[in-house]
Amino acid sequence: METSMWHALLYLVGIMAFAGVNAAWLGWCERKGAARIQRRIGPCEAGFAGLLQPLADGLKLLSKQLLVPQGVDGIIFRVAPVLAMIPAITSMAVIPFSENIGARAMELSVLLLFALASIAMIAILLGGWASGNKYALISSARAVSQNLAYEIPMLLTVITVVMISGSMNLRDIAIDQQGGFWHWNIFRLENGHFLTMWISFIIFFICAIAETNRAPFDMAEAESELVAGFMTEYGSMGFGLFMMGEYLNIVVGACLTAVLFLGGWDCPFGLTPGIWWFLLKIYILIFTFIWIRWTYPRTQIYRLLNLSWKILIPFSLANLMVTAALIKVF
Amino acid sequence: MTVPVSPRHDETFVLNLGPQHPATHGVLRVKLTMDGEYIVKAEPVLGYIHRMHEKLAEASTFAQFMPNTARMDYLHALAFNHGWALVVEKAAGIEVPERAEYIRVITVELNRIASHLLWWAAFLLDLGGFTPLLYAFDDREKIIDLLERITGSRLTYCYMRFGGVYNDIDDEFIKGTRDFIKRLRGRMPRLYHDLVTHNIILIKRIKDIGIISAEQCRRYGATGPVARGSGIDYDVRKHEPYSVYPEFDFDVPVFNEGDSMARYMVRMHEMEQSMRIIEQALDKLPEGPVMAKVPKVLKPGAGYYYSAVETARGSLGHRLVCNGDKNPYKLKLRSPTFSNLSLYGEVAEGMLLADALALMGSLDLVIPEIDR
Amino acid sequence: MVVVEQTRVALGTLFPDSHPTAVSSEEDNQGTAPREVGILVTDPAKHGHHIDVLCRPDQVVAVARIMDGEGYFLESISGVDWPDRQQFEIIYDYNRLGGEHCRVMVRTLMDRNQPVVPTITEVFPAADWHERETFDFYGIHFQDHPNLIRILLPEDADFYPLRKDYMP
Repeated sequence: METSMWHALLYLVGIMAFAGVNAAWLGWCERKGAARIQRRIGPCEAGFAGLLQPLADGLKLLSKQLLVPQGVDGIIFRVAPVLAMIPAITSMAVIPFSENIGARAMELSVLLLFALASIAMIAILLGGWASGNKYALISSARAVSQNLAYEIPMLLTVITVVMISGSMNLRDIAIDQQGGFWHWNIFRLENGHFLTMWISFIIFFICAIAETNRAPFDMAEAESELVAGFMTEYGSMGFGLFMMGEYLNIVVGACLTAVLFLGGWDCPFGLTPGIWWFLLKIYILIFTFIWIRWTYPRTQIYRLLNLSWKILIPFSLANLMVTAALIKVF
Repeated sequence: MTVPVSPRHDETFVLNLGPQHPATHGVLRVKLTMDGEYIVKAEPVLGYIHRMHEKLAEASTFAQFMPNTARMDYLHALAFNHGWALVVEKAAGIEVPERAEYIRVITVELNRIASHLLWWAAFLLDLGGFTPLLYAFDDREKIIDLLERITGSRLTYCYMRFGGVYNDIDDEFIKGTRDFIKRLRGRMPRLYHDLVTHNIILIKRIKDIGIISAEQCRRYGATGPVARGSGIDYDVRKHEPYSVYPEFDFDVPVFNEGDSMARYMVRMHEMEQSMRIIEQALDKLPEGPVMAKVPKVLKPGAGYYYSAVETARGSLGHRLVCNGDKNPYKLKLRSPTFSNLSLYGEVAEGMLLADALALMGSLDLVIPEIDR
Repeated sequence: MVVVEQTRVALGTLFPDSHPTAVSSEEDNQGTAPREVGILVTDPAKHGHHIDVLCRPDQVVAVARIMDGEGYFLESISGVDWPDRQQFEIIYDYNRLGGEHCRVMVRTLMDRNQPVVPTITEVFPAADWHERETFDFYGIHFQDHPNLIRILLPEDADFYPLRKDYMP
């Protein structure tokens, strides 16, 4: 893909629009979804079915003062929310939405995504630390240990995908899975990979929930314990940016899952591949995120870490070896 | 999970949990000395919603104090009504018509179910499960509607009178109550147990967490579901029968584990037992007046009186001292949560913050009742 | 009535001089007038407690130890102000967790100008908060209490609201 000035501008606007719309209206989806699960109606006043609610919320947040508490590290306090937002948007650049839609098809795009995810974690750490609040401090410490613990099994499972596809380029990985659901990594029939890849998928999905700090792993912002966690001292758009960053991380997580395991833009029956299939897949995954959040209670921090270190990491290691053996055998 | 903590003062910090905190369900403050996420020392600080009801009682006549009782335990207000009515009736020697006692039992037990439902909702909220809150409120709303029809208010009831109740129940209330019991029995196994009680995350979260021994319960005077979750078979309705409770066949659920799960299970089973009591009371409901002939101004004889009732949180006692005047000379309210909370500091020591909050939720705190 | 008798005998060791007698319900309404130190068996249907013990302030801990040994728990501690007699009274209510029901009311009277009574926190930790509350409301000083500070009223309160002469 050659890159002209116009392409760059087009992609910039496109990605910003996609990110902005998702960040705003996923909040609406979450509230509506939660309401339906809880036998409520949810937002319904602003616009049709409350669709203008995100705009109203955004306006309200913008009109508030960004309060910087006394005695905090002002610069880091202001930078942290921005830092939470930037990696999530940047990640969009390497995601292939369809065969022809995608800003950049880098050779090491998988690695880039994980590097950016770590920056989002640093944003939480900085935000919590700079707030000068004990709840925020506990929360950020939790977030770091949690994200560290879950990045390892996540990477180990991604290696299985990389081994099968023979590439670290997300676009190549997606192209490798074209031609119907039996080619997707999760069900892959050839070479007997269906034996292990669904395990990879489950581990990856659990890790994705944990990486995005979603319930039941929302230890960092456990509101009944830590009030609002690292966001306790944030108001106005500082809080808004953290929220948007969280939703964008969910979108990125869903995109990554769709590309790595669910064939990217491929149609399940190998007929009409295109961006609509990709969007359908990520929104089903996002709905699953919401569904899980509103069904389960929160777990405990040590159980969360135990799950990663004692179960997921050994399993993903074993999984990696079996997958490697399968590639060798066939 | 509890680990032995060695507090080093240069490595601990003080965390003020409350008085405004989502997990304290009101204005309770707990001063926590923390070592990382482990609690070295927990010290509840009370009094943020103290209103000196005992002084108010001394300043008002016996009947005037009745509305105050509902303002203490706003979740099980009818039991507080009942307790106050019972102690004054004991002091003044008032006989209550049988039908009135049956109606008292029916409404108190309905209120107990409502209280347990709200506890269940709030407890799950403490553990990060949001959805059960709405399901429990759905059922609780039915009870509140029924009680509103009879008592005229939805939360802070002033329904009981010395010598009876203020309003008779009608056929619609009886039908509505039976329908509600049928509905809750239908929803209980699927909604409450399949979705929540058997959820592995919940079980891991509260099983073996916050273990209170029977001896601790006795030394701290803990009663109600907290004591019954620790294997103490003590229920005022059974062991010190009052009102018409001896006429009903019901069990006292007792669990021996002493952990948060046991207290959870006690309350879940108690709802079923309350439903049994209501059903029997509705079946046996006698005809007759609901109010005895009582003088306008009560002047009980001088002396010391005590009366206990079982509220949703434990044994509520009224220690009443009369000197023959038309207002109480001294009233001490022995509120159950005051004693139940006093063991928190000992049990929470060495626990993780999140576990300590699960323990606090399982104690079922109602702050106005602690602070009175 | 086995437990009531057993408790009465156990408590009787503290009062060798008095002769505890069971009284019928007509006579036992002794009111609130002061009486001799000793044990009185009362009618629970009328008063809500089975045994009424009046002891000297220095016997409070000994009574608590006996009650602890008999398996009772401390239900509540309440203070009463008697300004016309220039006395404070403290009522300890003991009850049993399960088994046969027996409530024991232990009362003690002290001088209103020097309200001091030993703490029973060492026997029943439950007394900690109840004693603090009584201190809070009446200004009764519990000797050797580990943490005798205000509990329900603000820390800087300089009044004792349940004293009869307190005017807000």
